[in-house]
Amino acid sequence: MKQRLWRVVSVAVMACMPFVVGAQQQEDPVAEYRELFGEDNPAELWEQRGEGLWREARGPKNVPLSSCDFGLGAGVIAGAYAQMPRYFADTGRVEDLESRLVTCMSTIQGFDRETMLRSRFGDGDKKSDLEALTAYIVGQSRGHTVEIKLQHPAEKAAYETGKSLFFYRAGPHDFSCASCHGESGKRIRLQSLPGLLEKKDAQFAFTTWPGYRVSQGELRTLEWRLADCFRQQRLPQLGYGSPAAVALVMFMAVNANGGKMDAPNLKR
Amino acid sequence: MNKKIFGALIILVLSPLAVADSTQQAFEAMQQSFSKAGQAGMERLQQDETQRLCSAGAASNGLTDDALAKILAANEAAVKLPADGNYFGDWKRGQAIAQLGTGLQSSDDPAKPAGGNCYACHQMAESEIAYGTIGPSLLHYGKLRGNSQPIVDYTWRVLYNAKSYFACTHMPRFGSQGILDEQQLRDVMSYLLDPESPVNQ
Repeated sequence: MKQRLWRVVSVAVMACMPFVVGAQQQEDPVAEYRELFGEDNPAELWEQRGEGLWREARGPKNVPLSSCDFGLGAGVIAGAYAQMPRYFADTGRVEDLESRLVTCMSTIQGFDRETMLRSRFGDGDKKSDLEALTAYIVGQSRGHTVEIKLQHPAEKAAYETGKSLFFYRAGPHDFSCASCHGESGKRIRLQSLPGLLEKKDAQFAFTTWPGYRVSQGELRTLEWRLADCFRQQRLPQLGYGSPAAVALVMFMAVNANGGKMDAPNLKR
Repeated sequence: MNKKIFGALIILVLSPLAVADSTQQAFEAMQQSFSKAGQAGMERLQQDETQRLCSAGAASNGLTDDALAKILAANEAAVKLPADGNYFGDWKRGQAIAQLGTGLQSSDDPAKPAGGNCYACHQMAESEIAYGTIGPSLLHYGKLRGNSQPIVDYTWRVLYNAKSYFACTHMPRFGSQGILDEQQLRDVMSYLLDPESPVNQ
């Protein structure tokens, strides 16, 4: 295990070398890195840290997260992510994994919500517990089929809201999610864009987040991806775990139904 | 709470306007979910009529003829031709504008001029291989079209407000939304139409 971890670290260091994109790599810009990494992915570092955080007694209440219910029963994480977002009776809300973690860490372990939200995304030495836990728990659904049933009315409503958000154009540039992700086979500069209305692309996109981003040397989660898309849309800041964020994750997840989870993955 | 129930009743009564309601639903979710960041204030979530009609059209079965006519008319009226009748600037500055992707994001310095980010979506000069494909290729734009007055006038209008020609195009309205100023637009015009520009080599 130690040796394997060391290999991951050294590959992660190599990944920090300047990222050169050639025209011949347009189809899969991380192909070269995939080859370099082999079966290893620096995201494992986040998964391992997340596993520790999952098992440890933590927070003001000094208890582990094991009573957290992700929809399949208290403490059951195998396959749980493949059926999220979903409605939770204890909060009366639809939650994605990331907002569910905030709920559990505050109610079960007593962590302060605002403090957690301030460190939701890691940056170099500033590590995010939410990111590590997300990486670990998503990893426990690897190979599971995405299956969002939309049974509860609140789940259906979240999907509908997510759909209308996807097409909502606003800001000085008139952009919506659909501006970049409404059609398959398009790209921005050399970056291929998944068309999130088309099954194959939607499945690929949803099942491969979180990802270790080679260009940033960080693991990034789906909520990070959404928030950064809105920044590029010239809109204000999307709140982590907010109704709009969860609704969009729901829209993406439903479009990805039937796909096989393969995350944490590797991203440009 | 009562207000909410009342609102829901109103929405039910107005159900033929279901499409407009879906953008209203998105707007309400955004109001609860976003916060101001840098220069990107909450007012940016508010749609103008073009944005509202285009969003509703995309989320349903497309634009009605009435909506299409409204969008084209409103955006045609928003086009301003260059005050001094001069449509051209410097293609080199235009190239830099076409390359630059920053501007108006919450993370950008509001004191710096925005770029046009043309290469994000369009092929332009043959030498630049890092171009996107959301928009049509503009390779040899001027070489293929010449620079007769109708072409010059058309190109200015598309840069200034592409929705005056293509109702719900993805292309931003660079002039009428104040993303690029008149001089920047002249520079991009030259990048597209000047025979010396790399776009036309």
